[in-house]
Amino acid sequence: MAGKEPGGRPLSPHLGVYKWAPSMAVSIFHRITGDGLAIVGALMFLWWLGAIAAGPDAYAAFVACVWHDPEAGTFHQITNILGKIVLVGLTWALFQHLFSGLRHLVLDTGAGYELKTNRLWSILVFVGAILATAAVWLYIAKEALHG
Amino acid sequence: MGNGTRLGRVRGLGPSHHGTGHWLQQRLTALGNLLLVTWFFVSLLRLPLGDHAALHRWASNPTVALGLILLVVSVFWHFRLGLQVMIEDYVHGEAAKLLSLVILNFYAIGGAAFGIFAIVRIALAPAALGPGGM
Repeated sequence: MAGKEPGGRPLSPHLGVYKWAPSMAVSIFHRITGDGLAIVGALMFLWWLGAIAAGPDAYAAFVACVWHDPEAGTFHQITNILGKIVLVGLTWALFQHLFSGLRHLVLDTGAGYELKTNRLWSILVFVGAILATAAVWLYIAKEALHG
Repeated sequence: MGNGTRLGRVRGLGPSHHGTGHWLQQRLTALGNLLLVTWFFVSLLRLPLGDHAALHRWASNPTVALGLILLVVSVFWHFRLGLQVMIEDYVHGEAAKLLSLVILNFYAIGGAAFGIFAIVRIALAPAALGPGGM
């Protein structure tokens, strides 16, 4: 960018010059998780929905690719692992974006801009997202073990 | 050069010509997502996800199918607005920006249409396709 601007006009400072703070991190992660959900999450959702509509065989192929294949070849062994990583990642992205979005709705009312308050809620968004993701996947693991 | 009166700006008469519409729609769909995604997420945790027949029965329930269609509309419109802001912030150059926005609209509207059509197929499928499949 720099130098290509007509007349070499000054650029506004970008990410590189700031010291990282929780409020800045939570804002950036809101965008990253939103992107991830919009692209990876939406495509996974459409794949799942389309497979249900297409019938039992298509759905079995979806499950064999993403979750578990009874006759797993090497390819599906890899995609089963990747599938679980993506699903855990999407769960975290969902909670991060959800909690961060709720923070934005509060900020929209004009509340929560005091430095300490803002910092506290930004940190709580990160902590809450990780705890909620862990809770959900512990529940899934527990259910899987009991049948 | 002025930017118009405060009232005029709120009514969408400012330099962008669509006032607060984008901002407000992002918030409204966020509330829609909060309700619909929470319902969908809890449903996923409670459903037997390996059982096609059970999932098909669940999704063909009229209330569930309606909820799923509303979910697709709310979520896809929300991310269309969000990704639009991202593109406007980070894609420079008019041609690249315009192309990105066209692709975004094709993706969001095409994806939503695919999703809604899949839900309709499930909801209107003959009963024989539901239970007993597999």
